[in-house]
Amino acid sequence: MKPDALLYPAPAGLYCPAGDFYVDPVEPVARALITHGHSDHARAGHGAVLASRETLDIMRIRMGEDFCAEAQVAIPGEPVSIRGVTVSFHPAGHVLGSCQIRIEHKGCQIVVSGDYKRGIDPTAAPFEPVACDVFITEATFGLPVFRHPDPLLETAKLLSSLRQFDQRTHFVGAYALGKAQRVISLLRRGGYDEPIYLHGAMTRLCDYYQAEGIDLGPLRAVADEPAADFCGRVVIGPPSAFGGTWMRRFADPLPAFASGWMMVRQRARQRGVELPLVISDHCDWQELTETIRELSPAEVWVTHGREEALVRWCGLNGIAARPLHLIGYEDEGDA
Amino acid sequence: MKAFSTLLDRLVLTPGRNAKRQLLADYFRATPDPDRGYALAAIAGTLDVLHVKPKLLRELVMERIDAELFRYSYDYVGDLAETIALIWDHDGVPEEAAFDAGLRLGAVVEALNGAGKLQVRPLVRSLLNRLDASGRYAFIKLATGGLRMGISAKLAMQALADLGTQDAGEIEALWHGLAPPYESLFAWIEGRAGPPEMSAPVIFHPVMLANPVEPGDLETLTPSLYAAEWKWDGIRIQITRRKETVRLFSRSGEDISGSFPDLIDAIPFEGTIDGELLVGSRNEQGRLSARPFSDLQQRLNRKSVSGKVIEEFPVFVRAYDLLFQGEQDVRPMPFEARRARLAELISAAGNAPFDLSPLVDFASFEALDRLRLSPPDPVIEGVMLKRRDSVYQAGRMKGPWFKWKRDPHVIDAVLIYAQRGHGKRSSYYSDFTFGVWAQGPECDQLVPVGKAYFGFTDEELLLLDRFVRNNTVDRFGPVRVLKATKSEGFVVEVAFEGLNRSNRHKSGVAMRFPRISRLRQDKKPEDADRLDQLKAML
Repeated sequence: MKPDALLYPAPAGLYCPAGDFYVDPVEPVARALITHGHSDHARAGHGAVLASRETLDIMRIRMGEDFCAEAQVAIPGEPVSIRGVTVSFHPAGHVLGSCQIRIEHKGCQIVVSGDYKRGIDPTAAPFEPVACDVFITEATFGLPVFRHPDPLLETAKLLSSLRQFDQRTHFVGAYALGKAQRVISLLRRGGYDEPIYLHGAMTRLCDYYQAEGIDLGPLRAVADEPAADFCGRVVIGPPSAFGGTWMRRFADPLPAFASGWMMVRQRARQRGVELPLVISDHCDWQELTETIRELSPAEVWVTHGREEALVRWCGLNGIAARPLHLIGYEDEGDA
Repeated sequence: MKAFSTLLDRLVLTPGRNAKRQLLADYFRATPDPDRGYALAAIAGTLDVLHVKPKLLRELVMERIDAELFRYSYDYVGDLAETIALIWDHDGVPEEAAFDAGLRLGAVVEALNGAGKLQVRPLVRSLLNRLDASGRYAFIKLATGGLRMGISAKLAMQALADLGTQDAGEIEALWHGLAPPYESLFAWIEGRAGPPEMSAPVIFHPVMLANPVEPGDLETLTPSLYAAEWKWDGIRIQITRRKETVRLFSRSGEDISGSFPDLIDAIPFEGTIDGELLVGSRNEQGRLSARPFSDLQQRLNRKSVSGKVIEEFPVFVRAYDLLFQGEQDVRPMPFEARRARLAELISAAGNAPFDLSPLVDFASFEALDRLRLSPPDPVIEGVMLKRRDSVYQAGRMKGPWFKWKRDPHVIDAVLIYAQRGHGKRSSYYSDFTFGVWAQGPECDQLVPVGKAYFGFTDEELLLLDRFVRNNTVDRFGPVRVLKATKSEGFVVEVAFEGLNRSNRHKSGVAMRFPRISRLRQDKKPEDADRLDQLKAML
């Protein structure tokens, strides 16, 4: 079977006609396979949903119990048959519960990576390389300028700034699913054991991570401390809180932002970030190209991000590649 | 180099002045000589390093990456130095590269300055290999002269003052007389040694500045406590002679002695004078008479000056104040006492190209205002008010000195070209070229007479930006050509301080300090001013 008959981009997302299912559809469909819980990949209103236990939990937390008609847990590594198509889920290392999805039918194997990273992250099971004919990769940071540093060095910058500016509230912008917990976990590994203060948008997911056995240390809700001045404290909130009225309660806040985009100075400047922390839940250029080399698939399809550069690299290295031009994936987890 | 590049990364993104000062002071405290001295010089703009051309950097990076991948990246990042810094080890760290965490700023500066012509290429390649991304960025900015940090010398001096108990003004005075890496300056500030020996026997002393007269200021002042003098339209200078050494400094401390050998050779007294540099010569009565600023321009920014130019545009100093008389520091004396000594010095100078800026008698500020608006000499741009008992202190304090300028000139002009701004304004069209009407071969046409990128409010900027986006008729690279005919276009009132002759501009005139003072949407382009009216102001 030809790969583009097994899986192709339809308006609602990647569609497998043989199994009559979509992967990470952007519109409600009858049957959806979900790679991970970020809101651009996991949406409410589908009929049947197949995803990892953690992804289903996260969808429930974010969208309510009735986020779909029928939820089915995919156990990593265990094949499931959907109308004769064999699918299996494999850890992607992106956020808690994130998986790649392997789709096999009539001798053709496609792996949809979803979002993934290769770096060490105690808050997500590590990426598992899965052999395939076609590897569908993201390209969020698909330019050779992106080379993510050791994340512990980045949080060390935050710790050193806390010592240098001990009267300023260090506000760290981080996405609520994955990035916030990763930053907290990195701070703990760096030896920071003071309470960390959370914006209301962060608390439920942090509680969930803790319940899953990921130790985040003492956490407090900002809203529970009306009298505190937060001087010299770490506060974590969503990037959307930057410059908003919520920030006004902090004395002389020092805005930091944990994101792979912080690699580029102009990006940091545009957002008014004083302390950029280059911490990404995606692959950098080297991880993308090394993964493609390691898997050595017959063909690479490139989805959201900077497709053209990665396709060019594949061409230079004799690997067949093309962009998929999927739309609708706009970064909750971007970064 | 790591400490320096980390400092730059933080400074670039830190808007607060106090936070910048703390970052600088902490860096100076934690960093050994000579690195911190070179860093101070790099930030304050006094570091001379071998200039590396962007072309060489492009060639070096092209050795390592596919041109198309580079282009995608450059398009995305937008800054050549940053693109190269980030992309350098895209393919992993090459074997010949030995990343060197111990590579110091001082070593980089000394290696650059010690390199022969043929060594530059391999040296730059090897330094880029040995630095990390942030270090490469700092290095490229340093070596291409693009390190614009927006840190004033004053702020840097305040950060230095935080290291010890010395006063920022005194540190600045000594700093001007020293060369990087300033080891003796740091030793003195930290109390490990006495004041540094000057590398030049003559140093620049930071000048005293005046505040503009704001509405309501004059009501609070007593006229009899103030002396008034004309404000002359030349450039403010400081000239010092000590034995046989003479130095001429601009008001920011730049040594401009080389451009004015005629003046350097002609100072007959020892001491330091604050005054205005003007073009002019003695008239039949033996009095020095000043010529317009556009004549002085013929003498500015020249590396060498020919005898013919000196003869055509002779310069002299109109003295305002005395800082040192011989070796004696007279700055702590009151203004009137300093001025009396200055007057004696000048009158003893005979025919040398120095005279005294005369005081203006006035009984009330109303009377002074009338004089200000009709000054007796066209090279006067306003009056200065100086408290008679004011000591000479560096900086711009409110109270002792005021400047009360003649109102600016204004014309109505038509916007012709627009470009995007920088930094916060990079998504707005905020840099404008404007023109006035002149007789063309067939009909009237607009000739550009200046550029302005401020003077308007944020709301007005939105309006201007919208006009540009909706009325672009052509583009040349980043420049948009705007619709501008007799009946359609955007008229603005442009305020400016003066007008110079210019050979570079097609119109033959160039404005000083132009800004957009008002949007004149009530006017049609045909109502805008004509070049002849502008030329009449010359």
